[in-house]
Amino acid sequence: MNLLYFAWIRVKMGVSGEQIDPPKNIKDIKGLIDWIKQRNQISNETFSDISNIRIAVNQEYVDIDHPVLAGDEIAFFPPVTGG
Amino acid sequence: MIRVQSADFDVGLELKKLTEGNRQIGAVTSFVGLVRDIAGKDSISAMVLEHYPGMTEKQLADIEYEAHKRWDLNSSLIIHRYGRLEPGDNIVLVACASSHRENAFDACHFLIDWLKTRAPFWKLEETPEGGRWVEAKTKDDLASARWEK
Repeated sequence: MNLLYFAWIRVKMGVSGEQIDPPKNIKDIKGLIDWIKQRNQISNETFSDISNIRIAVNQEYVDIDHPVLAGDEIAFFPPVTGG
Repeated sequence: MIRVQSADFDVGLELKKLTEGNRQIGAVTSFVGLVRDIAGKDSISAMVLEHYPGMTEKQLADIEYEAHKRWDLNSSLIIHRYGRLEPGDNIVLVACASSHRENAFDACHFLIDWLKTRAPFWKLEETPEGGRWVEAKTKDDLASARWEK
């Protein structure tokens, strides 16, 4: 699974992305976020308020209950501010 | 047509290319977004635009496709820049060409409203106190929502 971080999430995490191999019992975004958070303090703080975070799986917007599969590209970013 | 680039663009030249060789077009509308030198009470010396390569192009293409489904357009163009931009610099160009003005006006308005809430770009403003991420605005969500069906 390939994680990508953008804007303040990238800055806070200290990396623009990471390759992860979460346990097999993680089935959806919500489970994935819980797993990401318990790894270390920085991850826990970054994902403490997910109302400020938007999620894309394979470059399409999804909700927190969206399933995740090995090989997915999963991006976390703040609400967008282009234009 | 979609272009995501760091380079500047020439609005006049882009509009000319949009209509070239098509004599059915009777109306061209455009929106150009520029970098301001002030945000609230703070002066802005520059703005850094970050984006999600791949998803940006995909989202812009989806938005453009939706505009062509809703309005009778001959052609359209979205150019969005990324990287470090200074006050007065171009950020975005949206242009629509149609036989009649109503379609061109509405489609152009729709494109910029939806782009603002869907295309994965983020702005970091350089202020005297340091870098500051621009927060999404409720008024942009409302502007986008009125085009929901």
